[in-house]
Amino acid sequence: MTTTLNINNKPVTVTAEPDTPLLWVLRGELQMTGTKFGCGMALCGACTVQIDGEPARACVTPISAVGQRAVTTIEGLQGREITVLRQAWTEIDVVQCGYCQSGQLVAAAALLKAVPKPDDSQIDTALDGNLCRCGTYPRIRAAIHRAAERLNAAA
Amino acid sequence: MKRRHLLLGGLAATGALVVGWGVMPPRQRLTGSKPLPVAAGQTAFNGWVKIGSDDVVTVMVPKSEMGQGVTTSLAMLLADELDADWDRLRTEHPPIDAIYNNIATVADGLPFHPDDQGAIKRTAAWLTAKTMREIGLQATGGSSSIKDLWLPMREAGASARAMLVAAAAQGWGVPAAECRVVKGVVSHAGSGRSAKFGELAERAAKLPLPGSVTLKTATEFKLIGQPQKRREAAGKHDGSARFGIDTVLPGMLYASVVMCPTLGGSVASFDAKAAEAMPGVKKVLSVPGQRGGSGAVAAVADTPWHAMQAAKAISVAWDHGPAATLSSAGIHQQLGLALDSGDGFGYYSRGDAAGAMKQAAKTLRAEYSAPLLAHATLEPQNCTVQFLDGRATVWAPTQVPGLARYVAAKALGLDSEQVEMNVTLLGGGFGRRLDVDFVAQAASIARALPGLPVQTCWTREQDMTHDFYRPPCVARYEAGFDAQGKPVAWTAKSAGPSIVQQFLHRQFGLPGAGPDKTTAEGAFDQAYEWPNARIGHAIVELPLPVGFWRSVGHSHQAFFKESFVDEAAHATGQDPLAFRLALLARHPRHRAVLLRAADQAGWGQPLAPAADGAKKARGIALHSSFGSTVAQVAEVSLDPKDPKRIRVHRVVAAIDCGLAVNPNGIAQQMDSAVVFGLTAALFGEITLDKGQVQQGNFHQQALLRLSDCPVIETHIITSTEPPEGVGEPGTPPIAPAVANALFALTGQRLRSLPLKLA
Repeated sequence: MTTTLNINNKPVTVTAEPDTPLLWVLRGELQMTGTKFGCGMALCGACTVQIDGEPARACVTPISAVGQRAVTTIEGLQGREITVLRQAWTEIDVVQCGYCQSGQLVAAAALLKAVPKPDDSQIDTALDGNLCRCGTYPRIRAAIHRAAERLNAAA
Repeated sequence: MKRRHLLLGGLAATGALVVGWGVMPPRQRLTGSKPLPVAAGQTAFNGWVKIGSDDVVTVMVPKSEMGQGVTTSLAMLLADELDADWDRLRTEHPPIDAIYNNIATVADGLPFHPDDQGAIKRTAAWLTAKTMREIGLQATGGSSSIKDLWLPMREAGASARAMLVAAAAQGWGVPAAECRVVKGVVSHAGSGRSAKFGELAERAAKLPLPGSVTLKTATEFKLIGQPQKRREAAGKHDGSARFGIDTVLPGMLYASVVMCPTLGGSVASFDAKAAEAMPGVKKVLSVPGQRGGSGAVAAVADTPWHAMQAAKAISVAWDHGPAATLSSAGIHQQLGLALDSGDGFGYYSRGDAAGAMKQAAKTLRAEYSAPLLAHATLEPQNCTVQFLDGRATVWAPTQVPGLARYVAAKALGLDSEQVEMNVTLLGGGFGRRLDVDFVAQAASIARALPGLPVQTCWTREQDMTHDFYRPPCVARYEAGFDAQGKPVAWTAKSAGPSIVQQFLHRQFGLPGAGPDKTTAEGAFDQAYEWPNARIGHAIVELPLPVGFWRSVGHSHQAFFKESFVDEAAHATGQDPLAFRLALLARHPRHRAVLLRAADQAGWGQPLAPAADGAKKARGIALHSSFGSTVAQVAEVSLDPKDPKRIRVHRVVAAIDCGLAVNPNGIAQQMDSAVVFGLTAALFGEITLDKGQVQQGNFHQQALLRLSDCPVIETHIITSTEPPEGVGEPGTPPIAPAVANALFALTGQRLRSLPLKLA
């Protein structure tokens, strides 16, 4: 059957069964591979997307539960938050293997939208579910702080 | 001596068996036996660099990028000697070629003490290097990328530079020696002429390769030694970077597998009826276990989700095989029995350890153990294969492209030359992707669907339960002291399975025999100057797949050794730092590392409590691995709300890795190694019941999280010695540094991993 989703501000019609997790529609049918598969149980955060601006784990979100809400993936993320985050990510040279980083950035962008100047414990709360096996955590934290400074300086 | 002759004989025999002998000229690694593929306007100078008419320099990076930063650091080596413009440079992963085979890592695998500079060691290293160059293992591992390519890639850059200068000088009728090169522009001050690389490349590449070139001295480097940012970062910021799992091909099908839950078991029979009736399913098949893997059933479907659902619906009867009786408790007992019955193979002996122990005024004994560990790369194992008309193309996130191509070819009934291998980005490697079980499996699946590209991808559960685990290990230590508390005897013996024996058997069918340096590394090859010592290891064969886990033997041997050194210091009433320094009188580089970490951490100074008032304590550890030496000081406390919860607040690390090629990359690798090692120290444990792994996903095998992560400070010792390993050496010392800090804090000596307070 077909379902029309709103992905990165565009209507997209897919043929997957309604119980198909959003992750596999993105990665399989739509070939949007920026959103990663890590665990399939909402335990690692590699598949983090935003649904109506809130971080969500695409691997456990069936498309039937998405409805017409706005899905934003790493490929479609726009605005001040992701711009300053990418800048900070570059300056601090955050990534290593990079596999978790789509999820980290999508989660960090949602955090900055909700809390423009997060403290360490707010960063912990927002990103503790995003695992990084390479251990980029110290630089993720530093880069979010730097991005927040820039966001607030510009505001 | 006798043993070493035997070992040497074994190496030579292996070499002869696998490859036969031939003479290779020393500059063989500069020019590819096959010409590099070039785009329009591009000219290849050697197997390492191409220059385009658009002035863009393209550097071949034959090592796999798995987060360790080779795309950047290796490009730096060549670009510096070429005097290329760093901003007009690209990197490419070259096709497989013998010139890219890893020589350094295998030479490092020989069982010699680092202080041993004897002729036998040199000969064995040379022999091994020669053998490996011909066997053809283009491996990324063993923290070896920089040291393996430190000279070849600089020579390649310097040679191309000399040819560009010669072309310019000839064209202008001026002496080459008067020309200079800055950021991709050759110029001659006297005539005022200059030319960009792109203008010279085609003519320059036709000139003969210079017989020899003069490499820069450390003071002449412009890129090397300066912190450089990661070249491949941008694609990892916007989702466009392509890992193996992101391979997308027209008409591609997806395979999901269910492997025998008992390690090494196989499929007895299966019923595919239900699975075949499910949406999108194209084929259900059984796949034999290959290259150390387990037998599997696979469902191939039009989407990854359909394949996963169908795989779960296949009803399988398993033949559980010889591992079916294995349990974690049984393995521990078996390793203990091996230690009861002997001292194992002696990797190091000095003086008369047994005699000195008998004479000692005081002795100390302890037993340590370490569990199995999974690699848990965040990108699960996957591989994409297209098989058509006697040829195949493979896309794999692998650390060993040549081996991967070989096993894919075998599984497809082809020769290696009929298989094209594409190495993608790796979503973590850590040694897991030195094994190629998943490549052979994906090739077997694609063989059943000729013409169609098939991506085989494991679920997290299949990945965690079908790894090549860090070997379990039990160790017994004994130290003897004189009446003043000075150590007079030191013995260590450990028992566990051998990775190298298993690896050679599963890849090449070679019988497992002889010593394996990786079993005892970290125990026997350290700098401490024991007056009398004996260090051994007993290999215990188990039907349990073990593999190379970041820092390999060092990862657990460092925990045993540095914990026991700490115990020895406390047992004789000495400061753990002073105790270590006294054992390193003839090792100034090790002393410097230890002192740097201790100074920066404020060793011996009062330590303020944590923000919530919890008392903190420090622990120190020193360990050498992969040519480098690292000291770490960890600051720990216990959570007042949950006093068994260990918190690590700060880790101060010092490293001597020889010349620091990319200080930025070294600091990143230290962060990475500490986090990786802390996951193991605090949470890492894979357990077996009836040969089946009991942990399937991250709720059962936790990884360190952002909120658990300490502040990590890295101090790099300035050095002009040749560069050594960086990816792994930061991992071994962290577990003992934390365990030693916990002893200082609580008085509890934790002798098994993961660290759990009573």
